[in-house]
Amino acid sequence: MANSVTDNSRRRFLKRSTLLASGSLLVGFQIPVQAANKPAAYQDSLTSLMADAFIRIDSDNTVTLLMNHAEFGNGVYTSMAMMVAEELDIDWQLLRWEAAPTEPRYYSPIFGEYLTAGSVSTAGAFIPMRTAGAKTQALLLQAASLFWQTPATSLTTRPGQVVHPDGRRVNYGDLLPVIRDHRLQAPETVTLKAAKDFKILGQSQKRLEGAEKVTGEAIFGIDVKRPNMIYGSVVRPPVYGSKVVRFNADQALSMPGVIKAKAIAAGVVVLARDYWTAQKAAKTIQVTWDDGGLGVLSTERFLDDYRALSNSPGMLAEDIGNALEVTAAAETVFESVYEMPYLAHATMEPMNCTAQVNADHCEIWVGTQYQSNDRTLVARLLGFKEEQVTIHRTLMGGTFGRRASKTADFITDAVEAAKGETVPVQIIWSREEDIRGGHYRPLFVHRMRGSLDDQGYPEAWHQTAVGQSIMQNTKHDPAYMVNGIDIYSVDGCLQNPFGVFPYGTSYQIPNHRVESHNPPKVGVHPHEWRAVGHTHTGIAYECFLDELAFHGKKDPLSLRQHLARDHDRMSAVLARLRIEANWDAPLSAGRGRGVAARIYSISPIAQAVEVSVSGDGTFTVDKVVCVVDCGFAVNPLGIEAQIQGGVMLGLNAVAYGAIDMVDGQVQQSNFHDYRPLRFHQMPEVEVHIIQSDAAPTGVGEQATTPIAPAVANALFNATGRRVRQFPLDRHGFTLKA
Amino acid sequence: MLKIHVNGQSHEVDASPDTPLLWILRDHLHLTGTKYGCGVSLCGACTVHVDGKATRSCAIPIAAIGNQKVRTIEDLATNAPGAEATDYHPAQAAWLAEDVAQCGYCQSGQIMAAVALLDSNPAPTDADIDSAMAGHVCRCGTYQKIRAAIHRAAKQQRGI
Ligand code: FES
Ligand code: FES
Repeated sequence: MANSVTDNSRRRFLKRSTLLASGSLLVGFQIPVQAANKPAAYQDSLTSLMADAFIRIDSDNTVTLLMNHAEFGNGVYTSMAMMVAEELDIDWQLLRWEAAPTEPRYYSPIFGEYLTAGSVSTAGAFIPMRTAGAKTQALLLQAASLFWQTPATSLTTRPGQVVHPDGRRVNYGDLLPVIRDHRLQAPETVTLKAAKDFKILGQSQKRLEGAEKVTGEAIFGIDVKRPNMIYGSVVRPPVYGSKVVRFNADQALSMPGVIKAKAIAAGVVVLARDYWTAQKAAKTIQVTWDDGGLGVLSTERFLDDYRALSNSPGMLAEDIGNALEVTAAAETVFESVYEMPYLAHATMEPMNCTAQVNADHCEIWVGTQYQSNDRTLVARLLGFKEEQVTIHRTLMGGTFGRRASKTADFITDAVEAAKGETVPVQIIWSREEDIRGGHYRPLFVHRMRGSLDDQGYPEAWHQTAVGQSIMQNTKHDPAYMVNGIDIYSVDGCLQNPFGVFPYGTSYQIPNHRVESHNPPKVGVHPHEWRAVGHTHTGIAYECFLDELAFHGKKDPLSLRQHLARDHDRMSAVLARLRIEANWDAPLSAGRGRGVAARIYSISPIAQAVEVSVSGDGTFTVDKVVCVVDCGFAVNPLGIEAQIQGGVMLGLNAVAYGAIDMVDGQVQQSNFHDYRPLRFHQMPEVEVHIIQSDAAPTGVGEQATTPIAPAVANALFNATGRRVRQFPLDRHGFTLKA
Repeated sequence: MLKIHVNGQSHEVDASPDTPLLWILRDHLHLTGTKYGCGVSLCGACTVHVDGKATRSCAIPIAAIGNQKVRTIEDLATNAPGAEATDYHPAQAAWLAEDVAQCGYCQSGQIMAAVALLDSNPAPTDADIDSAMAGHVCRCGTYQKIRAAIHRAAKQQRGI
């Protein structure tokens, strides 16, 4: 999905580099892509797709950045501000931010949509934001030069001000009239600082929006208040995807504070003066549903079917050497089946959206990763043109992928609810609705077959992945579907780059075959979940590799080092991990060590864990050591946070995470049965970042996957018992409560 | 009309008496710093102080509050944000110093719990912190930094 920001929008934008509101200067930029400065692997998609960056300078001397990537805890607002500040001498105290509006010039240079996903924001922003800063700096110097009739080369800056050689100073904001009167434009091209001259980039910087997050003033979608706003709660079907046949809301409508009840696509919405009243009233509504035959589905049945499918030939994703022949001829073939359940995202802030629909305009306030798609779907729903839909993006209380909804499900239900009302409507999903919301990391079965050479190294690898496709029959089909194979189903278990993903496992196994089955997309909506394909392919891969290491009598870390020997970056990561984790030190009885390594979105990452297990299978994760190479480390503090967060989410999922369906109905509902990892269960996570001058690459999703196989491998190391079905607590290993 | 005392002010609200304090704060008083996470006492996102005690506002109806004094996250700092660090409550200052927040959604509840802990226990051990914070979910995984921030705030309050 990487091609829609055209040169046209770029030129249009250049002409619009002009003064907007009085006293406010909006500086717009587009720079020609400088091939040398791009992450090599994204070269093609970047060539025509550079983002526009906006910097607004107000006469009160504040500098406002219009952020075109969504902030949901990922720290992207901070790193984007750092990039600008590296080139533009700004006063951090006077720095403001706004979410950039839904316009093509703000679309992701990598996706060509207004989408924050795939751990690529820092990479995508690295050149545009620095360029924006440099151009603004040049423009301000030019203005000050005219202001003082002094050559620009004699001027310097300090934060927020240009400084004359004689010591006089002028605020950036005070230069606005000069820029306006002389119709000054930022230069076409600027020279960016070399990495060795960076003063801000590469230094730990605290969160830009940190203050409002400790005072309660941060505005998340759920905190939006509009004049006369009312609240809605939706009665959703027990079987996801059912339609309302009829409903009875008599009792609800008699409750004080209840305004109305009506059917929408998602169910029946009750509108009331406050959310509690709406929720209470919703519980009294009786609905007759048509489940369209989906009420027979069960995850147990899916597992049976997928296991059977995994025994039959699938679509061929990769076939290096001849794994079939080599395994057929091998004396011993090892075979294991790994099973991963559905997972909900369970963001801390449940889904919600506020909408106001008038005759010719719809206004939306929402935390979203994917506002170009949201706007398209809302416009379609209302029969509007896209320009008639305005989206105000708020901060988000987490996403893990959930807020990039291809169906815009949590937005369209608010729009439907608001349609026909004269006031804004806010729909909040209860935690129960959120967990039963039907958008899940798909359930997967991986059948693994492998054989060893006479040295005990893997000689053949044959992996068959079975699970519902995320991309099939969406607008990303065919971009993310290669010969019918959803690249998300196999990302993480291929040796060679595949589709738009410019990386493989980093391992070299001479005979390597991967097949894929995408069974029917029924019952749920398969959805990206932090690290997407890797969350299942990677667990199966790294656990089975551990099995082969055991059978071949190899140290698991040494085996990975051997297999990755031709991959310099991964080799460096693994070598560093060996040292930092003290891998070769002996462990006491009842303790175990495990390792896993991955390349996700270009960045190599490896984790080593230590666990303690008691006789009944209760275990603790005592320590996690993580080494990551994400290219140039823009904000080490932010990277550390992302790694810690990724480890927690991945450990949480492998320990407890499962969404089960019986008779088409999701069984879990709240944090008692979809258990979050608790404070005291959080292991100490030590993060080591490889020093690098390579282009920055992602770190938001990288840590989520390796922790799971590393823990499973460590449990095997401690006990000799191998778990191949997850979560662990259903198979004999319980994380200490 | 129901009366309630929040952050040093009396309010009258037109709500049904079984309405949880959480929704009174959020929907009637527009004090949105207190968050909804689960609605059933499982996550701690809605934690406020009722007469100084950390309390899940989702689980206590306004009718049960009576004359007790409610304090929310909005009342902790005197002049925020952008204020000088000294205007933050020591817990907030420690949270900023440790750069705790990721998405930030759980942090109001985490901070209110930490403040209540520090009020009753000026030098909490790791085990004290574990038990005070066990009911407070963070889906972003900021636990390690929360622990560091509580230790830091405790030290600052004790003048170390
Ligand atoms: S919302 Fe009150 S404990 Fe979760
Ligand atoms: S910071 Fe996001 S839930 Fe805690």
